[in-house]
Amino acid sequence: MIQIKELAKSFGKVPVLKEITLQLEAGKIYAFLGPNGSGKTTLIKSILGLTLPDAGEIIIDNENIKNNWRYKSRIGYMPQIARFPENLTMMELFRMTKDIRKTTANEEDYIAYFNLEESREKALKNLSGGTKQKVNAILALMFNPDILIFDEPSVGLDPVSHLRLKDLMRQEREKGKTILLTTHILSEVEELADEVIFLLEGKIYFKGTVKELVETQDENNLERAIARLLLRTEKKTKIQYPEAA
Amino acid sequence: MNALFKIIKYSFYDTLRSWWALFYGLFFLVITTTLLYFSGDFNKALVSLLNLVLLLVPLISTVFGVMYSYNSREFTELLLAQPLKRSHLFLGQYLGLTLSLVLSISLGLGAAFLLHAGSVAESGQLGMLILCGSLLTAIFTGIAFLVSVLFEDRIKGFGIAILVWLFSAVIYDGLFLAFLVMFNDYPLEKATIGIALFNPIDLSRIMILLRLETAALLGYTGAVFNKFFGTVPGMLFSFSALLLWIFIPLLVFLKKVQRKDF
Repeated sequence: MIQIKELAKSFGKVPVLKEITLQLEAGKIYAFLGPNGSGKTTLIKSILGLTLPDAGEIIIDNENIKNNWRYKSRIGYMPQIARFPENLTMMELFRMTKDIRKTTANEEDYIAYFNLEESREKALKNLSGGTKQKVNAILALMFNPDILIFDEPSVGLDPVSHLRLKDLMRQEREKGKTILLTTHILSEVEELADEVIFLLEGKIYFKGTVKELVETQDENNLERAIARLLLRTEKKTKIQYPEAA
Repeated sequence: MNALFKIIKYSFYDTLRSWWALFYGLFFLVITTTLLYFSGDFNKALVSLLNLVLLLVPLISTVFGVMYSYNSREFTELLLAQPLKRSHLFLGQYLGLTLSLVLSISLGLGAAFLLHAGSVAESGQLGMLILCGSLLTAIFTGIAFLVSVLFEDRIKGFGIAILVWLFSAVIYDGLFLAFLVMFNDYPLEKATIGIALFNPIDLSRIMILLRLETAALLGYTGAVFNKFFGTVPGMLFSFSALLLWIFIPLLVFLKKVQRKDF
């Protein structure tokens, strides 16, 4: 379980997160939505300890993550952009992370699952964007962590691989993992998310299920509900909203 | 095995396997062999080599350091998400890169020397050159890492790092000379030694030159230098100065990186 208490962060004078308080439970997929620059990535990076918050605290299973690094062995992270050392091969990368983590890993299952048998000994720089993204996903999953964080995982993946990754997320949820997902693909949210957390200008604007989100906005699908949420916040600029055809 | 050593090991192998490190080592091998073979005189060859090492090693270390630091940014983020201490990760990257560069120089210079089959006295002088080259590598890689963490923008960081190199390799000497000419009427021996201590490249140059016969050409200055740098305390002092040049930028780098947002 992840507890976030009054988390605040600003870059220079620009506040990115404004006292966010949030509780994430095991066995659920949380989708983080919000326009660009709303603080999604900063929030995720704060949980990972990549970004250091100005105020507030993050507690993972009763353990404060401040000045702590051991808790990261319980997190699997799939970043947005996959860039690896040029001269390593895929297997060397896995060996290296296993060496660092010192826990058992089942990367072989995932290599077979994502059909990466042929890429084993290829230098990572020669792999396509989508393949690198799969390698990234395997890195997040192979240690069987309690918490999984996916930052726009669908970017660059072909439809089949995307489907497979989504299936994996569902399976991991069944195993009782806490899954955090940021995405701009709303169908992914509708399919997977148990709860939607809508961030806007560094604040949680909405937290609830997809159904609740749609209902509170008086709309009939998620896309329109999100659009309405966004438009409502643009108070001064009056954009004409054409009637649904 | 400690996490720090694992990081050192991987960044060491990663750099060593790129063509650059190999090319770097081969370059020194070829140049040293050529100089030794054609000049016929070890002393002359070593002086040419010295100038080359003092100019190129800082430059290459700076460029490598900055490139490595900026290019491994995303991968560093990935590693930061692993259960690792930040200080271990960054110190490991620094040591891995420095070690592979040092290995390239040492092998390049050393192999050429073995081919040439030099005497014991000569190998001492070459050893000094390799030692200074290694220290300069450690210094300028550290400065490059520090610059890359201070400047988010790659182009800016690259430019500043090159400026630092240009300053210590070229401009500093110019200013030094201007200073000597301007204050010609005053006794400058002590001041000269002091100023030399503030530039790792100059310091290395003096430390090596004094061990060669060429030192006689330095005249009175050489005698003053010899009186200071030639003694054991003077040697220890200049080595400490070089070590400070390694540790200070490195410590500032590690401190900055501890508070940095990725």
